[in-house]
Amino acid sequence: MTETTQQQYETVIGLEVHLQLSTKTKIFCGCAIVFGKAPNTQTCPVCLGLPGTLPVLNKQVLDYSIKVAIALNFSVNSFIKFDRKNYYYPDLPKGYQISQFDHPIASDGHIMIPIGENNFKRINITRAHMEEDAGKLIHDNASNASLVDYNRTGTPLLEIVSEPELRSAQEAYDYLQTLKLTLQYCNVSDCDMEKGSLRCDANVSIRPVGETELGTKTELKNLNSFKAVKASIEYEVKRQKSVLEAGEKIIQETRLWDENKLISQSMRSKEEAHDYKYFPEPDLVPFTIEASVIDEIAKTIVEGPQEKRERLVKDYAISDYDARILIQDPELSRFFEECTKTYKDTKKICNWINGQVLTELNSRKTKIANISLKPENLTQLMDQLDSGVINNLAAKDVLGLMIDSGQSADTIIKEKGLAQVSDDGTLDKIVDELIQEHQTIVTQIKEGKESAIGFLVGQAMRKTQGKANPKKIGDIIKRRLLHA
Amino acid sequence: MFTEKDVKYIASLSRIHLNEEQTAQFSKDLEKILSYVKKLEQLDVSDVKPTSHVLPLKNVYRNDEIKPSLTQEQALKFSVEQHNGSFKVPKVIE
Amino acid sequence: MNYNELTAHEILENIKAKKCSASDVYNATYEHIDKVEDKVNAYVRVAPKEDTTSSIDETASTPIPIAIKDNICIENKETTCSSQILKGFTAPYNATVIDKLKNTGAIFVGHANMDEFAFGSSTENSSCGVTHNPWNLNHVPGGSSGGSTAAVAANEAIWAIGSDTGGSIRQPASFCGVVGLKPTYGRVSRYGLLAFASSLDQIGPITKDMTDSALLLNILAGYDPMDSTSANIDVPDYTQSLVNDVKGLKIGIPKEFFIDGIDPEVKDGVNEAIELLKKQGASFQEVSLPHTEYAVATYYIVATAEASSNLARYDGVQYGQRKMASETRKTKLVDMYEETRAQGFGEETKRRVMLGTYCLSSGYYDDYYLKGLKVRTLIKNDLDKVFEECDAIITPTSPTTAFKIGEKAKDPLSMYLSDIFTISANLSGIPAVSLPCGFSKAGLPIGLQIMAKPFDEQMLFKIGYTYEQQTPWHKKRTQLT
Repeated sequence: MTETTQQQYETVIGLEVHLQLSTKTKIFCGCAIVFGKAPNTQTCPVCLGLPGTLPVLNKQVLDYSIKVAIALNFSVNSFIKFDRKNYYYPDLPKGYQISQFDHPIASDGHIMIPIGENNFKRINITRAHMEEDAGKLIHDNASNASLVDYNRTGTPLLEIVSEPELRSAQEAYDYLQTLKLTLQYCNVSDCDMEKGSLRCDANVSIRPVGETELGTKTELKNLNSFKAVKASIEYEVKRQKSVLEAGEKIIQETRLWDENKLISQSMRSKEEAHDYKYFPEPDLVPFTIEASVIDEIAKTIVEGPQEKRERLVKDYAISDYDARILIQDPELSRFFEECTKTYKDTKKICNWINGQVLTELNSRKTKIANISLKPENLTQLMDQLDSGVINNLAAKDVLGLMIDSGQSADTIIKEKGLAQVSDDGTLDKIVDELIQEHQTIVTQIKEGKESAIGFLVGQAMRKTQGKANPKKIGDIIKRRLLHA
Repeated sequence: MFTEKDVKYIASLSRIHLNEEQTAQFSKDLEKILSYVKKLEQLDVSDVKPTSHVLPLKNVYRNDEIKPSLTQEQALKFSVEQHNGSFKVPKVIE
Repeated sequence: MNYNELTAHEILENIKAKKCSASDVYNATYEHIDKVEDKVNAYVRVAPKEDTTSSIDETASTPIPIAIKDNICIENKETTCSSQILKGFTAPYNATVIDKLKNTGAIFVGHANMDEFAFGSSTENSSCGVTHNPWNLNHVPGGSSGGSTAAVAANEAIWAIGSDTGGSIRQPASFCGVVGLKPTYGRVSRYGLLAFASSLDQIGPITKDMTDSALLLNILAGYDPMDSTSANIDVPDYTQSLVNDVKGLKIGIPKEFFIDGIDPEVKDGVNEAIELLKKQGASFQEVSLPHTEYAVATYYIVATAEASSNLARYDGVQYGQRKMASETRKTKLVDMYEETRAQGFGEETKRRVMLGTYCLSSGYYDDYYLKGLKVRTLIKNDLDKVFEECDAIITPTSPTTAFKIGEKAKDPLSMYLSDIFTISANLSGIPAVSLPCGFSKAGLPIGLQIMAKPFDEQMLFKIGYTYEQQTPWHKKRTQLT
């Protein structure tokens, strides 16, 4: 890491995360939230900010935000209100964004991020507040114009602002990973950085080691992946060091990350004046949040990722390593637990899920939630494998076919004729053939080179297109060549 | 004193272009109004709570229920300039 | 008497008795508009007669011709706040009050003129020309709902609705000799009202007498799920409060309102009204609203701050007018904003947007906006205290009768001070009404203001109706030809 090579500077990072809440409708109007629609087809007079229209808060946004607040160890504020953040930009139809300024939904949260194998570092989270998303701007160089689509306008966002307590790009990365995982367990958002439902801006500054005052920070934007967050911070820290080492000053500015060139560039400092002029939103009344409401919502949070990891290890006797893999996707761990209800060898099924199932998912670039494979499909497959109806090799094929077709293991085994050949007469005949065809190997075996048996078994599998029961074949060969 | 420089800054914050003559006139007007408003300085309000809502209303919200949206044609009906279903504006320079 | 000079309750009786039809009333109104509108200029746009006539429902409960202030949206009709910047803007929705009026069969005559974005007290700040006071065409009708009050006073509409942010219904009602009522904040939905200052704006009825005011408020009032600030409180039938009885009522007269500089004729008019109500059994007592002298300053901070934000959306991006920079300037986005707003907004609008922006800007927020909100609390507390002992407060509506066109146009501050008696009701959210209480020697109407506790509009009707029963003022009609 670059931080350790330059001893005289300490890196200070704070992350601002915008989480899109997956409510059915927008935060202040009844427009459905659907992605990928033709431009300006998901709007109404309210989210277009047409004159005379007024906002009314979607209660689900409040409830989802409280849920996230509980999961991130925030204290939910009993009195909250909305404020206007005023600025001019074409993607902001009212000329102000309805946000929260001095009475946000939640304050003083924290999460524990992993440091190495078994250590954790506490990262404090300053606040979380609700706000409305802006529209989308497409810059069209050909016509020297920008095009505005207001479909996204009014999508509910929860902004989660960390304290500047992250000390390296890696820590920022780990914080974001942990945060995302915790948020996924709340089931209130897709949490997908590529799709923009989880967005991250980074505030980065450096200061001489031992200094307590913060250095001048820059804000990094356009970070569309975890990789970009890490790479852009590493780039920015290097850049700031070289600026300081050249005897120059860091300029407070917003910098855009260029994912292709792997550099950040200053957003041309705008010549026009800026001042957000926050003031209380007069069109919305304040909200009070009763403890009983928080308790009710807390009940809907089943378990966080770390608690789940500990429980999986304890309840299913799987390794901590395996548990960590399972909790990365809440759906995957749920799948595992479902499987164990009917399949009792928890370690074996875990190995299959973390091994074969994940391999199949990764090769398809998908997730367990997006495929039709059901837990009973997998346990049925395991049963067939255990009872020797199919062999390991065939089982792997069946899994792939199940994922692609959505059919049950039994159907696929039958249709594809994948059941093992275990019938003694048939297998004897095959061994006869092999002994005829591979005299040299037979001699080697007889002379005591038992490892050559494997070769013959392989040949048997070839002859039967993998259907022969390899254990039985091995037994027959041993019986015929060694104990004859 | 409310200077012409102040007026220029405020006009810029308000996204209103002023010519020199208007700048001079508005700085006079605003100076006069603001010096009248200064009478509030006579009041000590350090212990007074601000009133931004006059009614004691709270917790007004709606359920997460979908209502019909406008069609693209309706949304763009009064647009000044449009292109491919979007509102068109001079290029935003970043 | 011509149909268009009648009140709605008289018209409804006539319709019931089959002496006339709704169409007869509308036709008389429209013909009169044809005759006098050139002189008054009450309207920004009058709806085409053919369209309107075909939509009249003779069986409706209140098929009354009504003028709508040009800041209240009617679906598929241009609504511009009398501003250049909104030229061409046609709302794809009705304001909630328009839906309510439509359901009762109200006949929309047209959009009435106003000070641009309701910024003014004379209806001189309109991009659609000055409105003239029907009692004396050389005088202003007051503002900002001057088009609405002039339409009713000139018999160009039976009813009108306006909006009141600092007196914009009551002061022009006073100048035009009609009844203008600002309901309690939250009583009437603001959905579809183009916002000036969201925490102060209220839509209210403008009529020829208190009975009509009650009829019209019955239609307008009520909770609206589209407006988070509308109160979910039952609405009484206001006509039940039209009783000729003020016995035992305690009415306060704030000493701070009878100041130097108040027109002696106005003072006399109001004092006579007080004497008359005393005779009817009301008791009066002097009360104090010590922070009255700060009301105008407070109002201009709070109202312009909110306005500066509410008007940010008029930027030329989506709708209305877009102006690109002239040849000498570049064609960047920021220039589009600055030109659109420079050319689209009138002088007073620019002044208020800049004043409000200043009050909210960093470094000044605490000294101006926050301070304004705190003094607002003091003003509200003053009123709360008075209402602990009094049922109502009576004051003049305005310190003067209608002033001459042009008289105050060059001095924004003196114009602002003409709202001095009306502003407190907006800052504290209470209901208030202005009704005619006499005429000056020059023949200009004098307005009496009654204020009551929040959601006690009934008190306004009780006192106002009792007063009307003893006086002829509400029956006087202008005679423009």
